Amino acid sequence: MDKETIEIRWHGRAGQGVVTAAVTLADVISKEEGLYVQAFPEFGAEKRGAPILAFNRISKKPIRSHSQVYYPDIVVVTDPSLLGMVDVTSGAKEDAIFLINTKFDIDLIRKKLSLERKKIYSLDAYTIAENELGKAIPNVPMVSALVKITGLMDLDKFKKNIEVSLGKKLRPEIVEKNMRTIDKAVEEVKEG
Amino acid sequence: MSTLKTLNGNQTIAEAVRQIDPDVLAAYPITPSTAIVETIAKFKADGLITGEFVCPESEHSAMSVCIGSASAGGRVMTATASQGLALMWEMLYIAAGLRLPIIAAIVNRSLSAPINIHGDHSDTMGARDAGWIQIYSENCQEAYDNFIQAFRIAEHLDVRTPTLVGLDGFIISHSMEVIQVEDDQIVKEFVGEYQPVYPLLDTSRKFTVGPIDFTDYYFEHKRNQIEGIENAPPVIEQVGKEFGEKFGRAYGFFEEYRMDDAETCIVVMSSAAGTCKDAIDELREEGKRIGLLKPRVFRPFPDKKIAEALKNMNAVAVLDRCSSPGAFGAPLFTEIRNALYDYDQRPKVVNYVYGLGGRDIRVEHFKEVAEELDKIAGTGKVEKIYSYVNLRE
Repeated sequence: MDKETIEIRWHGRAGQGVVTAAVTLADVISKEEGLYVQAFPEFGAEKRGAPILAFNRISKKPIRSHSQVYYPDIVVVTDPSLLGMVDVTSGAKEDAIFLINTKFDIDLIRKKLSLERKKIYSLDAYTIAENELGKAIPNVPMVSALVKITGLMDLDKFKKNIEVSLGKKLRPEIVEKNMRTIDKAVEEVKEG
Repeated sequence: MSTLKTLNGNQTIAEAVRQIDPDVLAAYPITPSTAIVETIAKFKADGLITGEFVCPESEHSAMSVCIGSASAGGRVMTATASQGLALMWEMLYIAAGLRLPIIAAIVNRSLSAPINIHGDHSDTMGARDAGWIQIYSENCQEAYDNFIQAFRIAEHLDVRTPTLVGLDGFIISHSMEVIQVEDDQIVKEFVGEYQPVYPLLDTSRKFTVGPIDFTDYYFEHKRNQIEGIENAPPVIEQVGKEFGEKFGRAYGFFEEYRMDDAETCIVVMSSAAGTCKDAIDELREEGKRIGLLKPRVFRPFPDKKIAEALKNMNAVAVLDRCSSPGAFGAPLFTEIRNALYDYDQRPKVVNYVYGLGGRDIRVEHFKEVAEELDKIAGTGKVEKIYSYVNLRE
């Protein structure tokens, strides 16, 4: 990690496991990299499908701020239908990275969001999750792609941690499916 | 051995509960404190705690169970928030009046209406005259540390006063951070064995709890109760110091941040104080001589100590995450301005209400407050004694 502090803003929908993804990422990075972390949600209406936000701070020094993230270094969008609804670009830093769950062409997204020269990565997370897990839950593919494109931590260590933590709750064949989902996401995430 | 863990505020409280293992835990779950109660229930089901877990039909009943169990001689706790604390209201006074050292973790949340589940201090400030000791936490680590210290403070024989520990709803309760969790055995030793005074289960001594007390002795007994909380400051100080010696994190009545040569100061409690520290650093880089004072103990209020820390400032802004409709300023402000009254030299003090219903406060907002303080310090004039931060007009 080059920067002293990295701030991530997740845009998702309630029920997509976005908060779990943010918490898992922070937990694993703290354990493996010894960095200070924060993960917290902003809940709106408490119903499935409502737009929600989740946030991460990852830092080399103790984190004191408890405000939301307004100037993100990384923006993750876990549902493409949010793009027309929510201003996902708000306050993004000059060198911000965008990771978007979408089937669409990145150039189209770039134009729609007026992202000009910002770095955008895309992943069709719904299709991967549908094929590998049988459910269009985008959190595992999105968080895996995020680790891959940012190099926030070593990908193998990340995978190992996920395998162990899922192994405590899920049957081995389900863990196996999740591990395939991670591999697929890492392979398919592309820069545009 | 202490270990670093990633936990949110609710989990840190539950972790401390597991380590202390009180005799009785009575609670009715309410957002955003639900996870504390859920986790305690899980610990009980998993055999990780030996205390009785009681989940009655309401918060009023939960506090009643606490009062009954504490009268019987148990070490007792609860956790709640917002409407839950409001529903406990009449029982809070009884817990304090009976001198029962009950501990409550309060996940600070706004009060209805309009309905809102997010963080502010309306709930505990509403209970400020209930006779409970009140300690507020900036982050997950402080929530854990304060909760452990609360038992020692409440149970001290000179004090015997119920104590609540506040942590901001969602902002801390649902925020995962890296915290130092201390060794189970060392935490147990620090908190120590509970020695109840006049337990009802001791049948060798017969007495009545909660009898009627009219014009003859009610006043004297109330005075005794008031002295209990007035005896707390040296105990709070001693426990905070011992905690520091044992675990490396010492605590006092408040924290001063970059106050040494400060000319203006922002006073703010709980999670917003962390964000304020970042703002102070940025303002210092711009050459402003500004500091932060973060109260930790609100009851008993450390009036002299805070007044001493603030008396030489030019201007002070007190930020309250609570309103007091119709009053001359919100609770923290009135305490601080009042504490400074007897000083010939004293700063101008203004009040800002911020963050009601969880409205976010960020570095920019503290900078706006700092700018206003500069103006007041420069002109010696206050235009508005109380106003709001980050509110749409």
